[in-house]
Amino acid sequence: MAALCEGYTLCVFVPAANRRSSEIKGIEEERDSDHVIVTDSSRSVTLYKVSDQKPLGSWTVKQGQLLTCAAVFNKQTNEYVAVSDNKVIRIWKEDDIILDKAFKATVSADVWSVHCAHRAEPAVLFQRGAVRLLDSLLSAPQQPIEDVLVQDEAIRWSTSIVTETQQLVIFTTELKGDHFLYLQRLKPNSVQKYRLEPEEPGLSPLSFWASYRDKNICLLYLYPNGHVYQSLVSVRAPVADDGAQVVPLPRDQLLSLPVGEELLEAASAIFLDDAHVAVVGVPHPSAGPGKDFLCIWNTNFQTLQAAKEMAGKLYGQLWSFSSKLFIPHGKALSVIPFSCPRSSLASALGKLKQVKTEESKTSTVVSSWNTILHGEEAAAPKPVESRKTRTTRKTQSSLSLTIDQVQDLIKTAPVEEVEKEVQGLLSRQDPKDPQPSLGQLAMALVSRSLADPKFYSSRALTQLVPTRYLSHSVCPDLLPLALEKRDYFLCQLCLLFFHDIPEAVTCACLKAFISLSDADAEKLSLEPDSVSFMEMLLSNERGQTGLQNGFSPAFCQEDRTDAVDDPKAKAKEKKKASPQQTCPVGKHKAALINEILQTAYSEALLLPHLKDFSSDQVVLFLRYLEFLYLRYSTDGSSQTHGYRSPSLNQVMDWVCMLLDAHFTVLVMSPVAKGLLLNLQPFVKSQVRLFSELGKIEGSLQELSKMKMKKDVGQYSIEVIELY
Amino acid sequence: MGEFKVHRVRFFDYMPSAIRSMAFNSQTERLAVARADGAVEIFNFADNYFQEKQIIAGRDGRSIEALCWVGCRLFSAGLDGEITEYDLENLRPRYSIEAYGGPIWTISSNSQGMQLAQAGCEDGTVKMFEVLEDRIQFQTNLSRQKRIISLSWHPSGAQIAAGMMDMIKIFDSETQATHRLLVDRGVGTSKSQEVVVWSVAFLSDHTIISGDSAGKVQIWDGLTGTLIRTHLVTKWDVLVLAVSQDESSVIAGTSEGTIVQFQFLSSAVGQQDKLWVQTRTLKNHSHDVRALVHTDTAVVSGMDTQLVVRPLLDKVEKYSQESALRKIAFPHLLQKNLVSCAKKAGLLLFQFPDHLELWRLGESDRNTPGESLPVKRKPEKLIQLKTKLQGEDHICCSALSPCGSWLAYATVAAVRLYRLQLSSNNVSIQKLPRELKSVHQLCFSSDSCRLFASSSFSSVVVVALDQTDCKYLHTLKHKSSKQPIHILSPSEDGQWLATANTDCEIHVFNLRKMKLHCSVPAYSSCPTAVSIHPTSGNLVSVHADQQIFEFSLKQKEYSEWSRQLQRQGLHPLWLQRDTPVTQITFNPNNPAHIMLHDVFMFCIIDQSLPLPEAKSKFYNQRILRSLPEPQRLRESHAFKACKNFQHLLSVNLLEDLSLVVVERPLVDIVSQLPAPVRQKLFAT
Repeated sequence: MAALCEGYTLCVFVPAANRRSSEIKGIEEERDSDHVIVTDSSRSVTLYKVSDQKPLGSWTVKQGQLLTCAAVFNKQTNEYVAVSDNKVIRIWKEDDIILDKAFKATVSADVWSVHCAHRAEPAVLFQRGAVRLLDSLLSAPQQPIEDVLVQDEAIRWSTSIVTETQQLVIFTTELKGDHFLYLQRLKPNSVQKYRLEPEEPGLSPLSFWASYRDKNICLLYLYPNGHVYQSLVSVRAPVADDGAQVVPLPRDQLLSLPVGEELLEAASAIFLDDAHVAVVGVPHPSAGPGKDFLCIWNTNFQTLQAAKEMAGKLYGQLWSFSSKLFIPHGKALSVIPFSCPRSSLASALGKLKQVKTEESKTSTVVSSWNTILHGEEAAAPKPVESRKTRTTRKTQSSLSLTIDQVQDLIKTAPVEEVEKEVQGLLSRQDPKDPQPSLGQLAMALVSRSLADPKFYSSRALTQLVPTRYLSHSVCPDLLPLALEKRDYFLCQLCLLFFHDIPEAVTCACLKAFISLSDADAEKLSLEPDSVSFMEMLLSNERGQTGLQNGFSPAFCQEDRTDAVDDPKAKAKEKKKASPQQTCPVGKHKAALINEILQTAYSEALLLPHLKDFSSDQVVLFLRYLEFLYLRYSTDGSSQTHGYRSPSLNQVMDWVCMLLDAHFTVLVMSPVAKGLLLNLQPFVKSQVRLFSELGKIEGSLQELSKMKMKKDVGQYSIEVIELY
Repeated sequence: MGEFKVHRVRFFDYMPSAIRSMAFNSQTERLAVARADGAVEIFNFADNYFQEKQIIAGRDGRSIEALCWVGCRLFSAGLDGEITEYDLENLRPRYSIEAYGGPIWTISSNSQGMQLAQAGCEDGTVKMFEVLEDRIQFQTNLSRQKRIISLSWHPSGAQIAAGMMDMIKIFDSETQATHRLLVDRGVGTSKSQEVVVWSVAFLSDHTIISGDSAGKVQIWDGLTGTLIRTHLVTKWDVLVLAVSQDESSVIAGTSEGTIVQFQFLSSAVGQQDKLWVQTRTLKNHSHDVRALVHTDTAVVSGMDTQLVVRPLLDKVEKYSQESALRKIAFPHLLQKNLVSCAKKAGLLLFQFPDHLELWRLGESDRNTPGESLPVKRKPEKLIQLKTKLQGEDHICCSALSPCGSWLAYATVAAVRLYRLQLSSNNVSIQKLPRELKSVHQLCFSSDSCRLFASSSFSSVVVVALDQTDCKYLHTLKHKSSKQPIHILSPSEDGQWLATANTDCEIHVFNLRKMKLHCSVPAYSSCPTAVSIHPTSGNLVSVHADQQIFEFSLKQKEYSEWSRQLQRQGLHPLWLQRDTPVTQITFNPNNPAHIMLHDVFMFCIIDQSLPLPEAKSKFYNQRILRSLPEPQRLRESHAFKACKNFQHLLSVNLLEDLSLVVVERPLVDIVSQLPAPVRQKLFAT
């Protein structure tokens, strides 16, 4: 899961009154990723060291002059390049203190911007569309500059990209509501013009972003209606004379962001990697109309991966340098580090999400690809009950309310009425018809509960969660609310149906479950399957049959006695060592913990949260895991039943993580000593198994290498010689 | 030693038939095996698993579903609704009785050997027959049920458990009272299908073990009718169960080709209460396991046509003959008959169940040394002869004369002789004398003027052949045994005929005087190949326990070489081979050479060289090749084994001293089998 880390403020600026855009004209990377130069919209260029959050230098043009484009840093010469008053190119080094004394040259046409891509020469883009390399321009500053754009055509955005062989300047223009993309190749010069497919009339792209990927330039642009498109442009030089033509640019819709009623005004979207897009200035899908959010979306799975509300006005500006986002908001420029681990379906759905092939028990149906990619609900398994009530409800449906009405009702009505209406709504609902608005319904319920401590409708929520239209990203407060209200059945349902629970919340649940007393747990009514699995596991606790993986308790004891030589200690150890076969927690509690074991997680993100556990909790949890492991390894049939149950691998993973997180504590704690000693032979037996497998491997490889007998066909005459 | 030109023949598409049923007689240690084509084979487990008898009474569309020993008598039943008893001396069915109950799925006898129970399918009765001296007599019908698939007698003979659709019924054989045990159907999609109880076993402590089509092996208490334990062993069917003699172990065969063993063990050391525990899973088959026998070893067979003997020793200390797995791919006796070779004419005759094929071998013009020679003329099929005269009976034996002008074959009911004129492509049938009727081996003399046929009561009929007709000459008889003759071997000079029967006797007849010349001293193991040396007149015999003897017909005693061989003993590796030698030929150019072959190798024994020591390397051809000439002589020993050719059906030496090797690779057989149940190897 992509994540946004805690941000910090790089600098503070004073916004001029009623200016719509921010004070920042541009941010460019300096010598390395930790240094940036920020050009503000008035007169100054400042060099910052990002990690120290402090300026290293600042240059200002004289009063009355204006910097008209963002300053860039030429890494080859360690010079800064900026343009003031559209025509004056200024070049200086870090040592130069006063900008006016540095080199300047006046050119014959207005400059739009200077671009200096990584390891490339700076290129100057003129407002009329011509492009010159800085060196050649400076050799004859007054050289005539041709017009590439037609009358009334104006540049809206530009950037520069360096491929393996070429340097490119890309810019987009607008002419009477049509948008064009220009691809200017340098050395040799050629230009290619593309026409963007028009969106709804009157909408022009709010932001552009280009990145180079797999020999293609990938253009990302966002429209005010929330549509994010991607277009791929080949960097290959076109056939000669082709440049005159305007080629239509095909596009793919990557995302359709929720925008609410009104169109977006200031927003932008940029690529973080192939699958993640950072969007700023777009409302959060479940947080109402406010647009002050920075979100990371996964384009493959169309899921919101992380979001952050920014204080103050957003200007729709966003930059990203080496896993840091730079975002001006309110009066500050904030730096927000982010991480985008490579996403796979597994991580989108959750690591080690158990996909049971047996159809016998359909309590866990993993959504199909269609559902994930297109949001189509292919044959959604609906609770049968709701269908039954549907027919009975129909007769009295004169009173039935729409979703919006119910949503309004939730804000005021008492619990009973809300529950009744939600149930009615669900029973009326066509199972084939996807209902994303159910998310809003859930959100409304949750926010009412948060606002009004007396209001809590467990029944309504437990009916909403299994519809599968909810996920944690849609309504992030649901699970914490359930935890807070100690509604563990709802927690269990959430863990069961949400595939995107953050590790922090998972850990919070785990903590709550472990510290729950067994007596309280027994009173809970939980999902019957999970409880009957535990009953099954506990009932044949004694009758063990069959061994798995070559593990046998006798073996462990044998190993142990080898290790401990002192006979006294030996006897003592032996007593302790007999692996514990009683379940340390009650079956309801165990059922809840099992649910945690089966959730998706990423180790790196889970580990820090695991460290918060107290040593008692860890020991209890480890005991339980040990019990599960023992049950599994001594009774091979435990897992073959149709129950939804944690797999042996999941149990092992959790044991490893717990040990990783608390190793020092466990080693020191006397309570844990016996436990660790018990766990050690498991490891030993696994190591032994793998070493044996390793030994076999060589022989097996030899077998496959043995020469295949040549095909002799149906008949041959051969000569053999015997000695 | 020498170079040989080898015709390597692989175009013989022999397909062994799938094994349907097996029955083991623990008193005589004989295993009866029934194949889908109706053939019955008898293996002697006491004598190195050698197949001693072969009854081919099959015809198209007749398959045997069940076999049953009653004492030393063998009964079979099949879907044609008849019960057949076999005449094991004359190798043919003795009689068949219609049971009037539709197709029969199973037969079973009680342990006293007095009653034979049988279940009908269409009308669903259990029919009881009394076994009389010379026949079986219908006794009673047990009440009508659904189709009965499996039966098992309680060892006391008082009760029978019958497996059928969705249930097991227990009949009291006296009072005809019944209990019912309902068997659960499979879960999921198979819930709607009836579950078939393919196999039941009734143990003396009234435990009933059942195997069914839902893949379960269930253990029931037969007294209370309660289910004790269910073991789900496969996703497919459990087809067959077999119980060991002491009832401490049960093996179950499944349609995925695995065998699962259950043992009656106490749950902890020293405790009395025992329960059935699943212990081992073995997989030697790619296809359905249709038949199982549980002795000390498990004998397994099924759709993939092989018979596998799998020892079930609890601990294998080290490799030994007893712990070795044995696969019998080709029935030994049939293997001898499948290919006949005309040495002088260079022709091969292949025997199929319903037709014969005559092939001419190819030629190569060059004789350059090297691995493989260019084939100038490809082998061609000259004749394909369909049997249409005797109904659809299958061919049980065939022979081709050395000159290639006579061809004879026999079914269980009749014998046919053809005269072939290959130059004019003419085939004419010859009238045969009346004495040639029931025949189980055929053989021509080396000058092609005599036809020998082993007939009923261990006799050999001699028929003289000439250009125009054939006439009966004599019937050679001896008095000692009534067991069938399985080997006929005339000598090259036409003076002697050696016969061997399944009582391990070898008799030598003088063909000039038409009377018994002598009997070779009986050895305890059955001879698998017998041949008389063309020049020295010594008789060489190889036995099922791999021993080799040489007997001088002139002196009527074992030769000096044979005595020396017995004194020194054969090499352990020779004794460990698990397929019998099925053919012995001699090299006319070098009288000291004896050529033998089994399924996996052929071997030339040079009697002039020293015998191999037990410690020396037995398969030493590769080492010898790398040695220089003088050293090679010092290192070499009498047994020159060649393993270049595998799955040999026949090795023959032609008159031009080139070898004809007929191979039938097992992979070719497997590729022609129907597809096994599909299994996911990994989570794909």
